Amino acid sequence: MSGPNTDYDPVEVTPLKADEVEAMREAALAAVAAASDLDALKQVRLEHAGDRSPLALANREIGALPPQARKEAGQRVGQARGAVNQAIAARQAVLEAEHEERMLVEETVDVTLPTQRRRRGSRHPLTLQSELIADLFVAMGYEVAEGPVVEAEWLNFDALNLGPDHPARTMQDTFWTEPADHHVVLRTQTSPVQARTMLTRKPPIYVVCPGRVFRTDEYDATHSPMFHQVEGLVVDEGITMAHLKGTLDHFASQLFGEGIDTRFRPSYFPFTEPSAEVDVRCFVCRGGDGVAECRTCRGEGWIEWGGCGVVNPRVLVACGVDPDVHSGFAFGMGIDRSFMFRHNLEDLRPLFEGDVRWSSAFGTEI
Amino acid sequence: MKTPVSWIKEYVDVPAHVTTEELTRRLTLTGLKLEGIHSPGAEITGPLVVGRVLTMEPEPQKNGKTINWCTVDVRDANGTGEPQGIVCGAHNFAPGDLVVVVLPGGVLPGGFAISARKTYGHVSAGMICSARELGLGEDHDGIIVLPPDAGEPGQDVRGILGLDEEVVELEINPDRAYALSLRGIAREVLVSVDGATGFRDPAVRDTPLANDEGHPVVVEDGEGCPVFVARKVTGFDPAAPTPDVIAQRITAAGMRPISLAVDVTNYVMLETGRPIHAYDADELQGALVVRRARGGERLTTLDGTARELDPADLVVTDDSGIIGLGGVMGGETTEISATTTSVLVEAAHWDAVSMFRTGKRHRISSEAGKRNERGVDPTICEAAADRVVELLVEHGGGQAHPGVTVVGAPPAMPTVEVPGDLAARVSGMAVSEEQSVELLRAVGCEVSGSGVLSVTPPPWRPDLTDAQDFSEEVIRLVGYDRVPSVLPTPPSGRGLTRAQRLRRRVGRTLAGEGYVEVVSFPFVGDADLDALGLPPDDRRRDLLRLSNPLSSEADAMTTTLLPGLLRTAGRNVGHGLGDVAIFETATVTLPRGSSPAAILPVDRRPTDAEFDALDKALPAQPLHLGLVALGDADGSGWWGAGRRVSWADAVDGVRAVADALGLTLDARAAVVAPWHPGRCAELSVDGVVVGHAGEVHPKVCQAFGLPARTVAAEVDLDVLVERAVDLRHAPSFSTYPVAKEDVALVVDAAVDAADVEAALREGAGELLESIRLFDVYTGDQVGAGRKSLAYALRFRAPDRTLKEGEAAAARDAAVALAGERTGAVQRS
Ligand SMILES: [Zn+2]
Repeated sequence: MSGPNTDYDPVEVTPLKADEVEAMREAALAAVAAASDLDALKQVRLEHAGDRSPLALANREIGALPPQARKEAGQRVGQARGAVNQAIAARQAVLEAEHEERMLVEETVDVTLPTQRRRRGSRHPLTLQSELIADLFVAMGYEVAEGPVVEAEWLNFDALNLGPDHPARTMQDTFWTEPADHHVVLRTQTSPVQARTMLTRKPPIYVVCPGRVFRTDEYDATHSPMFHQVEGLVVDEGITMAHLKGTLDHFASQLFGEGIDTRFRPSYFPFTEPSAEVDVRCFVCRGGDGVAECRTCRGEGWIEWGGCGVVNPRVLVACGVDPDVHSGFAFGMGIDRSFMFRHNLEDLRPLFEGDVRWSSAFGTEI
Repeated sequence: MKTPVSWIKEYVDVPAHVTTEELTRRLTLTGLKLEGIHSPGAEITGPLVVGRVLTMEPEPQKNGKTINWCTVDVRDANGTGEPQGIVCGAHNFAPGDLVVVVLPGGVLPGGFAISARKTYGHVSAGMICSARELGLGEDHDGIIVLPPDAGEPGQDVRGILGLDEEVVELEINPDRAYALSLRGIAREVLVSVDGATGFRDPAVRDTPLANDEGHPVVVEDGEGCPVFVARKVTGFDPAAPTPDVIAQRITAAGMRPISLAVDVTNYVMLETGRPIHAYDADELQGALVVRRARGGERLTTLDGTARELDPADLVVTDDSGIIGLGGVMGGETTEISATTTSVLVEAAHWDAVSMFRTGKRHRISSEAGKRNERGVDPTICEAAADRVVELLVEHGGGQAHPGVTVVGAPPAMPTVEVPGDLAARVSGMAVSEEQSVELLRAVGCEVSGSGVLSVTPPPWRPDLTDAQDFSEEVIRLVGYDRVPSVLPTPPSGRGLTRAQRLRRRVGRTLAGEGYVEVVSFPFVGDADLDALGLPPDDRRRDLLRLSNPLSSEADAMTTTLLPGLLRTAGRNVGHGLGDVAIFETATVTLPRGSSPAAILPVDRRPTDAEFDALDKALPAQPLHLGLVALGDADGSGWWGAGRRVSWADAVDGVRAVADALGLTLDARAAVVAPWHPGRCAELSVDGVVVGHAGEVHPKVCQAFGLPARTVAAEVDLDVLVERAVDLRHAPSFSTYPVAKEDVALVVDAAVDAADVEAALREGAGELLESIRLFDVYTGDQVGAGRKSLAYALRFRAPDRTLKEGEAAAARDAAVALAGERTGAVQRS
């Protein structure tokens, strides 16, 4: 606000006349309404609301009025300026909204374009199958035991009641290492891990051991010199075949689906006595009406799954467990084989060929 | 073991309602697993009938062959009653013979459909069949000529040939050698099938008493051969045919009919389980002697193989020398031949372990050996020999010689103490002592006592030696299907070990980085290591060799994952894939030139020292991580060009793993095969070298069929996991303003960026929050042999705002130290 006008001109100041102020106001509002974009509005603001705008200039004249006239003139000019500023703000909001809307339309892209710039990795289905099985048992309170692949003959055979002249030794075609008199083999089964576990832990023992094993089988659609097994071992007081059956029924239902159980058939393994072959109920036909046409179980209703039994007391003795106090059960299944029939794979070779397209199909969880 | 069902039923009565499926289902549940039910004629459909040859006209052909144009009477089987005209290439028959005719419309094994067709100038309406064409085994002389009384022309021939027989194949476990016989299978049927009765033991028969008139036999090794029985048949007709039923049964069992004498010994072996050997008695000179071989002795066995004998081999000799490997295989010189008229029958019991070792040593696998090495009933030698004599006399027209030689006596079976409640305790089901006793008796055991039972197994069950073996007998007969399903209650578990969890994390991290996990065989050969360019003294050339590799090119356990990974990458390239990133975690085998792994006793726990020594005898087997990448790391597309993998991706793959384990990975330049000598980083954690990463040497890429600039890394994952940061403390970050300073330093091109950065860090002091190399420049502006490294430094104090000039001073100190250590000059 300027100070009192010392060279007071008694002539009435023209711009402060009511109709003049009204005209300025109308002109300003008309210009605001006519502003078609934000740039135009900016210009309107300069012309009609800026320091050099008619209303601003009029405002300066108020100080020159006699005191009794100032109030009325001040009100008149103030209201006019307020209305103009309000109109500008409202117009600004409208134009901004319009602008934004237009920009968003202009920025539209084709969201159906391919987006994968980085390659996807995956884990091997056998690793995933092993971990899945390990997790099922860990959930029951088991631990995961491990042991070397290149193993002492004694642990792979003798400690498991497979003496040097045991006919069953010829059933497993063993890779032997040089020099032969060092008695070192590629383990033919994961059972030496069980022996190691008993030799290094006190009962109660509840472990599973997944791992690689080797047999001198020529590589073809159904044989591989290397494959994967999972074995389980329980040594505790009062363990029976019934516990074995309960455990494998649970395992089967977790891996193959609710209601899938197992069937035992008498068999022979030096490591166990009594011994049983385990068949798992076919999870496709469940042995029901479709069994005759079922390709998964070849019409049997059951699928051969693995071997099991009550740990032979001779094995307990060789591994330092007192068979008068403790008893145990053990079981073993092929991980590759379980994977093959769970996932409908007839030729095992893709498991070991490493074609990235094949593994990628399984992602990081099965 | 394959056998016709009708043969089983000769020794045991099965209720009529029990089908073959039910019979074998029961056998499967008690331990003789059904492998399959076959019928020899299952693949034959349509008319297959008896025909009588009426005429045969030999017609020589231009190709030198002579065919017979035959007319064959098949009565109304052809619908007309007229003789059937058939062309036949065989000559082993004559008019009047009964033959097997398949008429048009019939289908023979292999989908061979028969129709009337023009051939050799005739319309041949059908075929006269040979044994091979019917799937009945090998041809001998041509077509099948039926015995004159076999049947009437036009009659279906399936029943006559046994083509409609059901043959069951049972899997026999090695502990159930007794079931490698009809005697054993019938006994199993008796105890397994409800309602089965009337077991007739083929090994129970009245046999003549031993006398001195038999062929002399001396057994020098009574442990190796506890029982030796010899009988003789004279005046035998070597041309006598084998009766059809015997031929069909041994054929069904998978053996080939050879001659009556041989077929009968096989037949009795199948019947009783007792292997029999037959000698041409006229070729024997003097007494038979059983002893161990002596060093340097040789024998040509009847398979024509000349063998050098081992002093542990049991042999049978006569005055001419060694005439057989006892219990395993006979010799050539005394073999039954087409002129043999006098047969000496040997039924001997041999030590099973010795049989196993000899069979293994000489790589002989025979039906006799299979039984002898698993254990045969020692008490039935006389009965088996007598049965052979009976059949030879009956079908071969010979006379039984009155001499009966019996040397030795069967060893007694040991009596075992078996707790009466053991079956219940082992199985977890209610099995009473009475039930146990009853079932043990059913399988042939003698049982006495109560509480603790005294059990003597029958002589055909040498596998029953331990108390627990008897519990299995009881449990399998009660039924494995009755064992209840009960979950045990383990103690609270501890979950996965930390190492196990971390290893999983490694796999997930690399999958997240775009790598695909693969699994390779761990076999490697010298050529693979040559392809890697490993120098002769490289430690990775110290391989653990296999005695019996599948391939001589991969005869050892690998010391590095790279050959497998590079081969797998090459296969992917071969499949047309251009962008490949793979990884593998697996153990490698590093020999440590150690002592043998002892064969320890099994009647006690090894001592800790013994167990330790066992472990130390094994090679080191650290878990390695390997990765290989080629092509684009980030693909090209509408967004622009792709990014090729470079040495840095290999390092960063390992670094991602190290980060996941909370470790800081340091890199140093190194020259190591199979990497590019200027693009290989030696990686370390806390000063411990864990492996290498970088670009693969161009020559190695070429050797594995990989594109240039393929990258790879291999590190010891055990070391990384072992050093993984265990308990991380929660971090805190300053919220005071940051001060940023950029510096560009010019150094000699050979100076490692890692050294420059280390000097900057040290010189900058505590206020330095982070340092980032954001540009590397080489070119005119810095001069030849020089490079410019541009770093962004951020300074911040944890507890206050930095004063004016403080950051600049720290920066100057950093630059000064870098200059001192590496000769770095600030770029103007
Ligand atoms: Zn099915």
